[in-house]
Parts: sequence; structure tokens; C-alpha cells
Amino acid sequence: MALPKGALRLNQLVISRRFNQFTSRAGVRSLSDHVSSRPVPPSAPETAGDHLIYTQEHFALKESLRKIIDQEINPHVDQWEAEGTFPAHKIFKILGSAGFLGVNKPVEYGGLGLDFSYSVAVSEELGNIRCGGIPMAIGVQTDMATPALARFGSAELKEEFLLPSILGDKVACLGVSEVGAGSDVSSILTKAVRKGDEYVINGGKMWTTNGTQADWICLLANTSDAAPHRNKSLICLPMTLPGVHIARKIDKLGMWSSDTAEVFFDDVRVPCKNIIGQEGMGFTYQMLQFQEERLWAVANIVTMMDNIIQETIQYTRQRKIFKQPVLYHQSVNFRLAELQTEVELLRSLLYRATALYIKGNDVTKLASMAKLKGGRLAREVGDSCLQYWGGMGFTSDVLVSRFYRDSRLLSIGGGADEVMLGIICKYMDTLPKK
Amino acid sequence: MSGRVLVGVKRVIDYAVKIRVKPDNSGVVTDGVKHSMNPFCEIAVEEAVKMKEKKLIKEVVAVSCGPQQAQETIRTALAMGADRGIHVEVTGKDYDMLGPLQVSKIMAALAKKEDAQLIILGKQAIDGDCNQTGQMTAALLDWPQGTFASEVSLEGDTVKVVREIDGGLETIKINTPAVLTADLRLNTPRYATLPNIMKAKKKKIAKVKPADLGLDMTSRLEVLRVDEPPQRLAGVKVETVDDLVAKLKETGRL
Repeated sequence: MALPKGALRLNQLVISRRFNQFTSRAGVRSLSDHVSSRPVPPSAPETAGDHLIYTQEHFALKESLRKIIDQEINPHVDQWEAEGTFPAHKIFKILGSAGFLGVNKPVEYGGLGLDFSYSVAVSEELGNIRCGGIPMAIGVQTDMATPALARFGSAELKEEFLLPSILGDKVACLGVSEVGAGSDVSSILTKAVRKGDEYVINGGKMWTTNGTQADWICLLANTSDAAPHRNKSLICLPMTLPGVHIARKIDKLGMWSSDTAEVFFDDVRVPCKNIIGQEGMGFTYQMLQFQEERLWAVANIVTMMDNIIQETIQYTRQRKIFKQPVLYHQSVNFRLAELQTEVELLRSLLYRATALYIKGNDVTKLASMAKLKGGRLAREVGDSCLQYWGGMGFTSDVLVSRFYRDSRLLSIGGGADEVMLGIICKYMDTLPKK
Repeated sequence: MSGRVLVGVKRVIDYAVKIRVKPDNSGVVTDGVKHSMNPFCEIAVEEAVKMKEKKLIKEVVAVSCGPQQAQETIRTALAMGADRGIHVEVTGKDYDMLGPLQVSKIMAALAKKEDAQLIILGKQAIDGDCNQTGQMTAALLDWPQGTFASEVSLEGDTVKVVREIDGGLETIKINTPAVLTADLRLNTPRYATLPNIMKAKKKKIAKVKPADLGLDMTSRLEVLRVDEPPQRLAGVKVETVDDLVAKLKETGRL
């Protein structure tokens, strides 16, 4: 008799109770075991009262989102990683219906109008997804392709693109980076030339997350010949327009479940009213949301690092070497203690920056520091933990090897480490004077 | 009929947590451990909310017994669509020994106080696995019970309940007021959506003590010792069917 989906959790309960007995005895190691007997992150406080930025509603939000992750996402992650894509429309619709795609977006367009601390709570909880690709894809939808539209787009534009994106009916992607321009955004070459009531767009974009499935792209293009920081505009472009070519799905080291595309624009015509806000302000609009993008990425990775450390503790506790658990060797438990300490430091920085930000402060410096540390610490956590998993860590059967691959992107995408360092130096006034 | 449904929701250790016994064998470790609403209670809440959406009943009241944290469980029920909550404050030793008898006394007293038309509970909690509270509540109230419900249809003053029993499915018709207990296949609980979570903030949770209801929480049971289940021993492989029969005879199984 087929069981309704909601019964999955109760079934998982039965399986997890049995698996716990097996894993501790026979040392059976596979991803599915760990889904059921997932360890509790040590730093989650029991009550909302003491938390720096979270209230009871934040915790209720996390709990509900966690259920969706446990029932609709995690059971399929292994399969999606193997297939190199995930069903974005299906998953975004589930998340959108539950209100998780428009947390800090305007109420008039299906959002909840809450402050950024709720977005951070969502991002933290998404870190419980057993891969990096899907949280990243969701993050693009909620905090990279849509913030500028929400803030500066016309009512008509928001109706056409923002509302369905928040509801989960349309999948969005972001077109900023190009083959020849990543960190150096000002040197992008994609052009949008005005011809009457339309823009004619030529060029291409690279590293487009959700690119093969997206309904529309938030495109940054040169719309005039003015100075490079003042000649770019953001345009909402349906992906079905003639001239839009999805050239290829990029084969990557990690983030396999997230489809990443290279897209070309060949004389694509789009109405001028599809421009977000003012012409020439595109670069500025994008920059305004960097703080949120970066803190969002940090919230994600902090949870993932917690989980990897916990799983490593679980594994090394039952894996014996020279007659005692691997965990009991001081080099192992001391190193894990070091890593956990740094994770907590990063978490504190995240909450501090978020608290300041929701009060209206500019937290560019702290957000850049957090992103920098996030990327680097994730590499350390991945590398050290993988070592303690030994041979098993080197297989595809365990989460740590996937984390090792997926988390490497954090130092590169969303603002490379070097860009973060440059920003911090600017604030420290240590850059060479012109 | 009042059109009011009481739903009991219990705060239990989350189903995915690996349970650990306390070193002094007096119980299981609960400090700092993730807790959530009992899965069968979620199904009970869902059923009540569905009845309200179909306009078969007017109000869903979520009830939980325990310390301050029980309010989180009530909030989850509110976020799923319950209208208000009642937190029956039970703490300390009374809470440690809180069992079906005490809870059913509480539910019976509240049902009378709130003039409830229906009480819906989960069939059992995943920590105690007692499967007694629904039945005891019905007995205390002298109300009919529809337990292990996999399908419920409210028809005027009666309820049709399809029950999951060993032999298959049994359909009964009982009069209201009645007690129902939810089984696995009754429904699929909805996700508490973020808009509803935020709306739940404004819903009221009344706090009451068992003494206010004139109830005695003393337990008739005493926990002597809690141990982990025995470790599963390694099996033995045999070569032939004859060996197998011999082994079974040897261990007295045959």
C-alpha cells in the first residue's frame, strides 16, 4: 500500500531507529543512514529568549522549512547530484507556496516584508540541505536575481517578474558575470542598444546558476558609452525570447545538482520598459545588494560546517584505529575543537553584521570579512574533516567529500576572496594612493 | 453543538535525534536536545484544521501540557491553522511523571470547560508509545471513541470513522461529542507557511495550572530504571538446511 508523503517522516522514524543499531555495530556507512540519524547542532539554543537576533517566529520558520527540506529535498539530493540538475520549478513552487521565497520582499507582490534577519534564518536552515547546489540555486532566486527588481522595478515589471518568482511559479537567474569579466564587473561586454522602443541585446553571460531552467534572467548590460560604473542597466529578460541561446551546461568540480549555464544573446529584442529603475544605475543597484548576498552565503556555510563537524565526530567515534575510536586521538579532537571555535566566531560575526544591518547600518566591511572567512574556513573544515574520514572520506558515499567539492566555490563566487580583501583594505585605508 | 474541537499536541524529542540514556539510568537525555511536535499530533491538528476549512466546525483549540517550552508546540499548531491555544503548565517532578492518566484527566476537564464537540489526539506519542490517552479520555468523559482513525467524516451529530485494525479496516458511526485518535494515514500534515507563522504570533495562548482545574497530577507509577535496548548480536551463518534445522533445535526455537 503506497503511503502518503507525510507518512515519510514516520517511516523515517522507524528506519532511523533500526539504522542506529546497525551503524553503531556494523560500521555501515552511507549517506542515507546519516539522513535519518542526523546529529543535533550543538550551538542551537533551546529557547528564543537568549538569541541575539532570532525570535520565536524565526525558530518556527526554521522548523517549518526544515520539514520541507527533510521531506521534499534531502531524500532526492543524491539522485539530483548524479543527474547534474534538480527540478527547480517543482522545488521553488513548494518553497514559494510556503512563503519562503519572499521573506524580505514587498507584501504587495506576495512577499512577507520582513527584515533581513528572517532571510538569514532561511539561509541558515537551507544549510541543512545535503549539498551546496540547491541552497545556492535558491539563494540566486531570493537574494541575487530579485532584490534590485523589488526595490527599483516598476509596478508592471514587478507584476510580471517579481510576483511569480516569489510564488515559485517562475525560476529566475542572474546574468552579470561573463567569460571575460567576473570580479571585474565593470568590464562586461554585453550591450543593449536602444532602437526605438526596444533594446537590442548582444553578448553572453557565464556561470548562470539555474540557467538551463530559468524563465527569466536579470541581465546587467551596457546601455550607453558613459563611464563604466555609470553606463550599465539591469534588464528583465524572458529566457524564451528569440536569440537567447543556452550554449551549454557547464561541467563543474562541485555543486553538481545546480545547473550552471553559459548563455548567448543574439540580437535579442526586449521592450525598454523592462529596464529596472533608471538607466545607467544597474551597477549601483547590484552593488547595493552585495551586503545581503554575502551575509546570506555565510549563513548557509555556517550550518553546513556545523553539520560536517558533527558527522565527523559521529563517524570517528565509532571508527576504531589501534583499538580506540579515531575521535579519542588528541590530534583529532583538538583539531575539531579548533574548527568549531572558528565556526562560532564566524557565526558571531554573521549575527553582529545582521543586527547592525537591520537597524539601517552599512555593513559592507563586516559582510566582506564574513564572506572572506566563510570561504576560507569552509576549505579548512572540509580538508581537515575529510582527512579524519580516511579512505571513506575519499568516496562518493559520504557527505564530507561532497562538501569538500561544493564549498570550494565560496572563495571564488559571489565575490572572490581577493575582491573581499580589496574591500577590507579600502576600509582600512591601506591601498596604494592613486 | 459548540463547533469547538480540542486538539492535544505533545512536545517530544524530535524523531530524527539519536536517543541517549542518562548515565544514571534515570531517564533519557533531554537537555539541549531538539524537540518537536509528536508526528501523530501533527496529523490530529491537520484533521481539525481541515474540518474548519470545510466549515464543519468553528474553532480549533490546541492544548499542550508541560513546562514553558510546550508553548512552542502550541505555536506550531497555531501556525498550522489552530485558532487559539491552552498551555497547561506542568513542571518538575509532575512533568517527569506526566502520563496518559494525568493528561486524559486534563483533557476531560478542559473538554467540559470549553464545551468541546470533539477531541482529536494522536494515537500515541513517539516517546511513550502508550496509546492510552485517547481511550482514557473517552472513558473519563463517558464519550464514544474512534481510535486509529484513517478516515473521519463529520455528519451532523455523528461521526463516521474508518479505523485501522489488525484485520483491515473497520467503519463505525459514533455520536458526538466524541474522542478521535489519529493514525498515520489519516492525512498529510501541511507545512506551516511563513505567513501563517507570522499570523500565529497574534493568536492567544491561555495559561492554566492543573490545580486550577481541580486536578491531582500524582502519578501511580515509578520509573525504576531506564536502559538502552540490548545491542544486536552478530548472527551465525550455516552451510546447509540441515545445519539450520539443527541450530534451531539446539537453541530451543524448534
